[in-house]
Amino acid sequence: MPLSHPSAVLEVANATVRFGEVRALDGVSLAIMPGECIGLVGHNGAGKSTIVAVINGSLSPHQGEIFSDSTRLAPYGIGVARSRGVRCVFQELSLCPNLSIVENTRIMHRNLGGFGWRARVRGIIAASLDAVFPGHGIDVGGPVGALSIAQRQMVEIAMAFSDSGQPPRLVILDEPTSSLDAGLAAQLLAHVRRFVATGGAVILISHMLNEILETASRVVVMKDGKIVAERGAGGFDHAGLVKAMGSAVAHQAAARRSHAATEPVLELSLPKSQPFRACKGEVVGLAGLGGHGQTRMLLAMFDRHSPQWWPRRDPAVTFVAGDRRENGIFDLWSILKNMTVASLGDLSRRGLLQDAAETKRGADWKARIEIRTPDMENPILSLSGGNQQKVLFARALSTRAPVVLMDDPMRGVDVGTKQEVYGMIRAEAEAGRTFVWYSTEMEEMQLCDRVYVFRNGAIVAELVGDAISEQDILRASFEGAAA
Amino acid sequence: MRISTDTLRLAVPVVSLLLLLAGVFYLQPRAMSYTGLNLLFNLAVPIALATIAQMLIMAVNDLDLSMGTFVSFVACVAATYLHDTPLLGAAILLAAIAAYAVMGVIIYLRDLPSIVVTLGMSFVWAGLAVLILPAPGGTAPEWARAAMISKPPLMPMAIVASAVLAVFAHLLIMRSSFGVLIRGVGGNQRSVLRAGWPIVAARAGAYALAATFAVAAGICLVGLTTSADANIALRYTLLSIAGVILGGGEFTGGRISPIGAVIGALTLTLAGSFLSFLRISPDWQIGAQGAILIIVLALRLLLNRLESKGDMA
Amino acid sequence: MKALLAKPWIWSFIAALSVWLATIAVTRGASTVGLSQAALTFAAFSVLVGIGQMFVITLGPGNIDLSVPATMTLAGTVTLKYMDGQNGLILQGLGIAIMVGVSVGVLNYALIKALRIPPIIATLSMSFIVQSAAIWTNRGLRIKPPQVLADFTTLTSFGIPNIALIALLISILAWVLLHRTPYGRWIAAIGQSLPAARMAGIAVDGCRFVTYLLCAVLAAICGYLLACFSGGAALNMGTEYLLMSIAVVVIGGTAVAGGDSNVPGIWGASLFMFLVVSMLNTYGLGAGVRLIMTGVIIITVILLASGRKAGAR
Repeated sequence: MPLSHPSAVLEVANATVRFGEVRALDGVSLAIMPGECIGLVGHNGAGKSTIVAVINGSLSPHQGEIFSDSTRLAPYGIGVARSRGVRCVFQELSLCPNLSIVENTRIMHRNLGGFGWRARVRGIIAASLDAVFPGHGIDVGGPVGALSIAQRQMVEIAMAFSDSGQPPRLVILDEPTSSLDAGLAAQLLAHVRRFVATGGAVILISHMLNEILETASRVVVMKDGKIVAERGAGGFDHAGLVKAMGSAVAHQAAARRSHAATEPVLELSLPKSQPFRACKGEVVGLAGLGGHGQTRMLLAMFDRHSPQWWPRRDPAVTFVAGDRRENGIFDLWSILKNMTVASLGDLSRRGLLQDAAETKRGADWKARIEIRTPDMENPILSLSGGNQQKVLFARALSTRAPVVLMDDPMRGVDVGTKQEVYGMIRAEAEAGRTFVWYSTEMEEMQLCDRVYVFRNGAIVAELVGDAISEQDILRASFEGAAA
Repeated sequence: MRISTDTLRLAVPVVSLLLLLAGVFYLQPRAMSYTGLNLLFNLAVPIALATIAQMLIMAVNDLDLSMGTFVSFVACVAATYLHDTPLLGAAILLAAIAAYAVMGVIIYLRDLPSIVVTLGMSFVWAGLAVLILPAPGGTAPEWARAAMISKPPLMPMAIVASAVLAVFAHLLIMRSSFGVLIRGVGGNQRSVLRAGWPIVAARAGAYALAATFAVAAGICLVGLTTSADANIALRYTLLSIAGVILGGGEFTGGRISPIGAVIGALTLTLAGSFLSFLRISPDWQIGAQGAILIIVLALRLLLNRLESKGDMA
Repeated sequence: MKALLAKPWIWSFIAALSVWLATIAVTRGASTVGLSQAALTFAAFSVLVGIGQMFVITLGPGNIDLSVPATMTLAGTVTLKYMDGQNGLILQGLGIAIMVGVSVGVLNYALIKALRIPPIIATLSMSFIVQSAAIWTNRGLRIKPPQVLADFTTLTSFGIPNIALIALLISILAWVLLHRTPYGRWIAAIGQSLPAARMAGIAVDGCRFVTYLLCAVLAAICGYLLACFSGGAALNMGTEYLLMSIAVVVIGGTAVAGGDSNVPGIWGASLFMFLVVSMLNTYGLGAGVRLIMTGVIIITVILLASGRKAGAR
């Protein structure tokens, strides 16, 4: 393949990545030139994190090539990427909490060994912190475990920009401002501009479209694993960018109802926070940036109402997990066993399981939510991700619990399945079930009757009806503390 | 001002050691002398070495249940081959260290539970020890014997050696790049991987280093006891784990403290003497060890609670 | 035939059968009946503790009950002391054995839950206290079991040892519990993924508690029967069952990582383990080789099992 950008810091050509049946990347080509800041936007599941994983070498594409300084890099991996000056700040924090900041920096830079490395590393990381976040007030000798989330993020960013003799040439920032306040975010973006001005390259991923529009010299929009739009700075305005990103769900908001009058079925008060409540037949959304306490609250509610010692005859709550691999499916089991595990009490008589009842329950739900499999006895892992998720929904909905808690359940689910599930949730809510729904997808929040916005572990805003819009949620998630 | 968490972690072992020491001196004032201290801490050095070895395994989030049988095996080799044919003995011990490294690699590559693999290996070490020394016997190498009974000025050998060991292990594990790497693997393996380090090599290194310390433990033990038998160090498995925990280490997360571990080992050694001074019936000696372990773990839990409370405030 | 070969337990039976044939080949069939009956009897004891251990291992990584041998010893000594050779107290004795098991199980889980430590450490600490209690009760006395019970445990019905029949009955109950009741599904779910099981609304603490209780009770019953079988309780009577209980579970095809257990395999593995020992004895090999073989077999089985799982993914 001819090289289109001979001077690119890094170029990905025609990369394709598949996860099972889902094409996470579908022939993406992207060249990153020195001295530019690329703003990468798109909804969750659009392929942003996949392209980042390809660029930093942790994922090798099933198809496609990677070039740097006009040479083809094969094989390409984490080590090669780092030696080319590619650095990455991940969305989930990835420091070792048991080590000090200096030691974490040592881990990050393989080339810094040798006698007296502590003093050298200390100088490097302190210089970088001072450069990016002047007046940060962080002691670089201290352990990472004692830092706040914002400070950890600052350290991680400073580590990425630090020069250990192998200068950073391409820094990827994935939602770098999610834990920073406005002042620190401004410091960071100013440093990005300085870095770019001296010939460095940055890929900036952010839900805050303003940050992208103000900082990026080129904006790349991804959708369904493809790059769907790409323009220079000033080529987009806010509305144009939202439009280019496309909307997965648009028109179902009309189904919203008001439940102000009904009795709450679930209540919870969090420290330093507005109280939470949910009413019968209501779909309540939990919004805000990822990791700001939504999952923790769902788990707290679940723990409070679910049995720990003695199984309950009538469950009060049921849970749909988003992280299927971690806390959803049981790998070794069939589809049927996975589906019925939450309602075994209903399927047994005198303590013994009733096979016939279980099989019938499985067949009913297979038809009802269209699980695509020839046989419910097949292993759960034979299903695609979307169908596995449907099984988890069937597991929850087939219990008699009046309240369903959902922890970002649509992660990595294809659009068609999403629409089916949205319909199911609405129908069950009409029938009187209550849903508490945490999602990082703005569109899904717009399907809710009421939305609570989280920031730093607390509810900072409650939005009802037409007030639930992407802008309002984002404003509350970032400025909720001030509002 | 808040006391740093590391200081707080070290406080528990230091305070328990001082309390026990005070208790022993109160019960037996004659122990307050060079010979008395030497007797009290006589067996501390091999236990401290085994504790450091266990700590290295725990640093990478594994657990070694074969520590006791491995140290017994080393003791048997030291009392036979290392004494009679030093070259062959050294070669056997080097091979054992290599076996540990291989074990670490297999556990990581095949994603096996370290508990079960080391349990299986404990049979192997025990079997080899029985083959080498079917009945108690053998002779310690003269140099090991000489090192263990030497009488340095001011402080008994056991205390001097423990102090040297604590400082050496601290420099090696807390200050060196290799130590940082091992603890990083325990703290967040993914981020170490993302920085481009070979995890396999790090784990192999941790296991090999652990085996090296365990080999030293076995040789020191034989130096003290002059002869060996196949069951000589079986209780080291539990003692080493307890010593690490008592010294402020954790089962997961790469949180370890070499200085704390050595103090933990000294405390456990002293606890044995303390129990005998208390004239606890021999029937309950083993039970008292279990009780001490439970109390230590309860103390740790209490400390963790205090710590997390401090973090929230 | 193909379906039969796909069963994970078939391999342990094939192994047991081949070792049986190899042993008979050496003795030229001289002691076929005796060997088979001895194999069934000794396998039965392994099966009893193995089933309890299997339930615990099913709960997932890190779940192993190390207090099994101490519980066996305590149950053996306490019941024999209570029955004092009187035939009328046999049932009460059984009741007391079960009570011993219940107490150890409750204490085990109390430690696991209260101190939030790996079960392996909790049960190990507890085993020291239980062992001490056994030493204290025993006081070196050797009390004979009631004659009726001693006869029952050593005799056969229809050519099959009574002990084996009891173990068979308990195996069938265990199979029903595991495959036909919600409890069996729940512990399998917990073993595959604890967070997922909790999120599915399973009463996790209750399930784990019952499992540790069950394991301790089975160990106690086994200790009661073994003490009567061998004509008196000995303080080391449980020792070999610690590793045996784990080995038969692992070799029997139960997943070491939890979530998938296998009752028939325990029988195959128990027969195999006994027959290997008697074969090595027949060939004149000693304890050392036996231990090494056991260790190598355990590690090989874990490696093979992990290979199967990795292939399936």
